[in-house]
Amino acid sequence: MATYTEYPPKGYRVRMSTYWWLARWPYLKFILREISSVFVAWFVIETLLQINALIDGPLAYAEFQDFFRNPLVIVLNIISLFFVIFHAVTWFNLAPKAMAVRMGGKRVPNLMISGPNYAAWMVVSAVLAWLLLRG
Amino acid sequence: MHKRSNEPFVWLLFSAGGVVAALFIPIQLFLFGVAFPLGWLNGPSYDTLKDLIHGPIGRLYLLVLCALPLFHWAHRFRYTLYDGLQIKHLNELVNTFCYGGAIVGTAIAAYLIWRIP
Repeated sequence: MATYTEYPPKGYRVRMSTYWWLARWPYLKFILREISSVFVAWFVIETLLQINALIDGPLAYAEFQDFFRNPLVIVLNIISLFFVIFHAVTWFNLAPKAMAVRMGGKRVPNLMISGPNYAAWMVVSAVLAWLLLRG
Repeated sequence: MHKRSNEPFVWLLFSAGGVVAALFIPIQLFLFGVAFPLGWLNGPSYDTLKDLIHGPIGRLYLLVLCALPLFHWAHRFRYTLYDGLQIKHLNELVNTFCYGGAIVGTAIAAYLIWRIP
């Protein structure tokens, strides 16, 4: 388990390249997972812009939809979608490692913990889609 | 002497934000960011959307949807800069930018949500 020490003990330390995470696929995957947070924040900004337009009334809201139709914004949102799905999948797969549940002295299989997470994801997505697609 | 760390508290916010982001964001980003603008599906009308979010449950949902993922971003991005770029000497600046940004963002969200007609 890595610990972040702000004042590490003095001694021999191997210097690491700034680009260490390009060296191997698992490292790159780790950094991509961490960078997904930027796209999560981008979604929040978009949501706030949309609420702001909604406050200003139907006309302002309709005009604001042009923002989402801007090709650059669409491309950015497609990239963001990949990252947030990557976040969700890695998050649910990590859940069994974060919660090591034991029953009857035995470790509950990983699928028993990540499974319900995926199920909840599907249910939540279906309910939100239903609410937003009624017209 | 060690100062008591606030790490567990910010980790809890990070973790809660991670769950909210994983469960709620992908479908909404797909619909509002991709499917509606490209005309694959018809988006909700102004009145439908307003009806969804003008009640207390809708407002609370939006607040949770905005606030927790912002703290998730703050914590994760802080360590992305720490590990990825190894800019440890700017630690305090990075922390202020990340957690400060999340706090300011949450305040803006609360203000906007309060103003929803």
